[in-house]
This record gives sequence, C-alpha cells and structure tokens, in this order.
Amino acid sequence: MKAIVCVKQVPDTSGVVAVKEDGTMDRAAMATITNHDDLAAVEAALRIKDATGCKVVVVSMGPPPAEGMLRELLAMGADEAVLVSAREFGGSDTYATSQILAAAIKKIGVDDDDIVFCGRQAIDGDTAQVGPQIAEKLGMPQVSYVAEINVEGKAVTVKRLLEDGYMTIKVQTPCLLTCVKELNDARYMSVGGIMECYQKPLEVYNYETLKDDPLIDVTTIGLKGSPTNVYKSFSPPVKGAGMMMEGADKATVEKLVSILNDKHII
Amino acid sequence: MDLHLSKEQEMLRKMYRDFAENEVKPLAEWVDENEAFPEETVKKMAKLGMMGIYFPKEYGGAGADVLSYVMAVEEMSKVCGTTGVIISAHTSLCCAPIYENGTEEQKQKYLPKLCSGEWIGAFGLTEPGAGTDAQGQQTTAVKDENGNWVLNGSKIFITNAGYANVFVIFAITGISTDKRGRKKKEISAFIVERTDPGFSVGKHEKKMGIKGSSTCELIMEDCVIPADRLLGKQGKGFGIAMKTLDGGRIGIASQALGLAEGAIEETIKYTKERVQFGKRISQFQNTQFQLADMHAKTEAAKWLVYSAAMKKQNHEPYTMDAAMAKLFAAETASDVTRRCVQLFGGYGYTREYPVERMMRDAKITEIYEGTSEVQRMVISANLGVN
Repeated sequence: MKAIVCVKQVPDTSGVVAVKEDGTMDRAAMATITNHDDLAAVEAALRIKDATGCKVVVVSMGPPPAEGMLRELLAMGADEAVLVSAREFGGSDTYATSQILAAAIKKIGVDDDDIVFCGRQAIDGDTAQVGPQIAEKLGMPQVSYVAEINVEGKAVTVKRLLEDGYMTIKVQTPCLLTCVKELNDARYMSVGGIMECYQKPLEVYNYETLKDDPLIDVTTIGLKGSPTNVYKSFSPPVKGAGMMMEGADKATVEKLVSILNDKHII
Repeated sequence: MDLHLSKEQEMLRKMYRDFAENEVKPLAEWVDENEAFPEETVKKMAKLGMMGIYFPKEYGGAGADVLSYVMAVEEMSKVCGTTGVIISAHTSLCCAPIYENGTEEQKQKYLPKLCSGEWIGAFGLTEPGAGTDAQGQQTTAVKDENGNWVLNGSKIFITNAGYANVFVIFAITGISTDKRGRKKKEISAFIVERTDPGFSVGKHEKKMGIKGSSTCELIMEDCVIPADRLLGKQGKGFGIAMKTLDGGRIGIASQALGLAEGAIEETIKYTKERVQFGKRISQFQNTQFQLADMHAKTEAAKWLVYSAAMKKQNHEPYTMDAAMAKLFAAETASDVTRRCVQLFGGYGYTREYPVERMMRDAKITEIYEGTSEVQRMVISANLGVN
C-alpha cells in the first residue's frame, strides 16, 4: 500500500496580497506556504504510514522552487517526492492541471490498495476542482471534504464535513480523498527528518515525461490551452469588524432588534 | 569565515521558529509565573529530535551539527529562556561529556535514552564552597571492597535536577602531591543515575529568572555506583569539567543571544503600536537609535556564538571563542533586555509584557557556567596576559 499526496505551494495570503498591473497575482512578490488543506492531506497520509508502514509519495506541480516545499514534506516523513515542472505546464487552469497530475499519478503507479490524497482546495484559486477531476480522469472513486479517515485493508471509512453535519461513507481503494484542514494538525518537521530530506528521492517529471500520456491533451494545457481565462484579480475591500452580542435574554434581543431597525435592515 | 547557513540549517531554523511560536511562546508566561518545568514541551521537543541534535544517529542523535543545536537554543530562548536552558544543560552538560569521554558501553547505554528525551540529563560540579573555584570540591568518591564507588557530598544549583535521570557528577578520588610538594585534589567524573542508592535531589531553588528550569541541590550519602560509571580516566575529571563547560558556554551564549533577539522583536512590535505625543514611539529618534545599537550588538554576539559553534564542530580549539561568545552575548542580553524594558516604560515593568521576564532571565547568563569574570580570566589567559 502507498499514499500519493498532491500538494500545492501557494502564496501566503496572511501577509500582503500583491497584484500585478495586469490584474494577475504577483507570486514572486509574496512569501509561499504549503496549502493548508494539502498539509492536512500529507498528515493524514503520514498517520496511515505510522500505523501501517506504507510508503508516502508527495507530488506537486509548480515551478522549480516548489522543490523546497517538497523537501519540507520529506522532512516531515514522506518517503519520495515528484515535482511536475515544465514551462509548458505554466498557467494551467484546473482542467489542465488535473490532466497533468492524473498522468503524473499514473506514472508513479496506483496499486489496488493505494489512496490518493488531495487538499480540498487551494487558498489562491479556491476552486476545489483539481482533486475531483483527477479522480474522474483516473477512474477512481472520490470522496471530498474528508474530516476523518479509517483504513481497514482495502476499505476506507471517511467522514465528510458538510455545512450542516457529517456524512459517513465507506469506499474501496484505490480511491481519492480531498481533505479539509480540520482533519488534523500537521506535524512539525523533525531534526532527523530535515537531515535526511535531501537524501530522499525527488524526481522531476517534465513535459517530455508526460506529454505522450493519453490522459493529457497537449492542446488544452498551459496558459494558452486552458479553457479558463482570468479576467481580473483584485484584493476584496476590507469588511468592517462584525459586532458580537452575547445573551439569550429579552434585553439583548431588544437591543439587537433596535440596532437592525436603525440600520433599516428590518 | 562563511556564515551562510546550509539548506538543512535554514530548514531547521524555520522548524524551530514554528515550534517556538506555536508550542513554547504560549506557555512562557505560565512557566515563569508557576515556576513550572515544561514537561510536555520537553516531550514534544524530544519527539522532534531536539534533545540530541548534534550527536550521531548511531547513538540515537539527530545527526545534525553544533550550529544547528545552537540555533535551537537561540530560537527557544527568543520566547522562553527556561526552555532554552533545558535543552542547553541536557545537551552540553550531560550528553556531550558522555559522548566525548564515555566508553562505548557507556555511550550505548546512556546516549540513545538521553537523545530520545526518555531520560533528561544534568551536570553536577558546583558545591556550596566550590563555585568559580571549582577546585574547592568537597564531594568524595572512594572505592569499596567490591570495587564499587561510594560517593559522599552535595552539589548545588543543578539545572534540570528535579527532572533529570542521569547526572555527570564530579568528586575527589584522591590527593596527589606535585614536584614542589604541593597537594592537589584529584578529581574524577562519574555517571550517576537518579535511582542509585544513596542519591537524592534536595532543595529546589527559588530564582529571579528562568523560573521553570528545575534548579536543585543533589545529595549523595553513601551513594554506591558500579565501577563502570567512572567517566573518562580516574583523576582526569577536572579537565573533563572544564572542557564540558567550554561547550556549555556556547549553549548559554545561544540562550543569551535568543533572549536579546526576542526582547528586540517584542520591542520593535510595541514601539510601532504605542502612541505618545501623537506619534508612534518608533518615530522618535531615541527609539530608533536605541534599537539600532541593540541590534548591532546582538548581531555581533551572534557572529561570536556561531563562530564558536563552528569551531567546535570542526574540532578546532574553541575555548577562548566560547568564553568570548558567552561573555559578550550574556552582557549584551542583560543590556538589551534592560533597555527594552526602558523603551516599554511603565508597561515594560509589568508582567503584561514579556520583556521584564526576559530581563530577569538574561541576568543568569552572566553568572552560570562561568561568570563573566571567569570568561575574562579565560580570555586573558589565552592571550598570555598573566
């Protein structure tokens, strides 16, 4: 058994969000982090490794500096890393990215008892589309918004986090799970892990490696081929801080009604 | 001297910082107020390999280098002086002398448990009458008829004592007479375990700073230990103690460095928020110049500390470097933290902000593992000034 985890390096949006004049995000001007949901996916895979001794392979599509992030994931305990990186892949939307990642995962090899993990969505695009599209392309069952995982042989029982509760689903491997950050708290890199991470295998898949895979239609990848075009990026205006009122008594309710009245909301 | 950090060291720094910020900083005030040894934090650090950073993997260490260890003490001390010294005393004063002087059996027996954090280590040299004058030892070790060593005496101000399982202890094993007929105490080093018969931990000291580090007295009353607990050769204990303290000083210098850096970080943040006379106090030239001076001094301390660490790593002589690093970093920490409290004004004197704690924590760095005066003695002796 092995766990393959798709991970994305994203701009750290807790700092300043830099937008270029043409409206696209100035990624070079922003610090990068590992996408939160993806980190939860890595931790989930590492916990299965702790329990079963399975292999964990992390895979990321991105520019060469994404190797730094992959090394950090190796320092946390992942066994192998694959960096999918080529000029031809740059600017890919979710449709293009999922083709490329599906081909990369196929090349890594998916066995009967394997699980593919993704984060639910990346904080830069917020689409939540790549994971499900990969599953479709690889023809494997998928469960999204995973907040709890139990693996027993080839049966995986997961809890999906929904807005109004949980949904429990049992799924057979090989399957793809998209994880939410609430799933766990990711571990730190260890000192020993850091000392070993540059000795662990990291393979680069470039355009030549993947272009002939039938999962990829080379006319629909990269910035030019992607069906999605970004019209404009901008920082949303800062919303005012909300107001919290505590108490379930009559006086509080009357105060609330009065405030809403004043604002002509009711 | 190349002070560019390797990729691994950069990554370690990042990990230490994340850990310090998320796990150590939130507890620092509680540790200080309650004089609480942060046991859970130590367990977490141990899990990440931080209790045996620069020892080889074959002995359970993480296989990193001395600079990587120094950065761990520095980063923890930025937010909590107590946590910094726990790693320092454990690593430099217990793991290191066993690694450097122990037999293969001793290394195999103690280092894996120490490096994994299953056991915590401490070092017992200081006695009521033997502080800076380490030759003034009174603790004795005598061989009994079965070949065991019997230790009698007490040690004071022992860092980590209340929670340590293994102690490197120094005791007199004989009196020798030199060529001029002068009598000299022959000091030897021993490994003592907490569970050894006749060994106990005594009074817990109430201190001005680093309140969560467990500083206690050790009492040995007919404490019997097997012959194979002698560390290094008989009579060579004083040399082992001095060499161990050379390494220890790099650890304490790192603690001092971290305290100074942590206080500066807090002060920069505060002066950008605090408004007086309609301006942020960071806009006043006094604040700017004070912080510029403090940063320059702290960076200078960092170079001394890192340079000493790299010399130790490269097996070059580093006694004077360690003494200079500790002297300068400790005095910088005391000066910087005191000035930071001043920049905070009345709020700095309250426990609402961490700088008063950092100022109290910093003072000890000028005292333990050789006072600043001892460091000056070491440096001047190395300069041949006598």
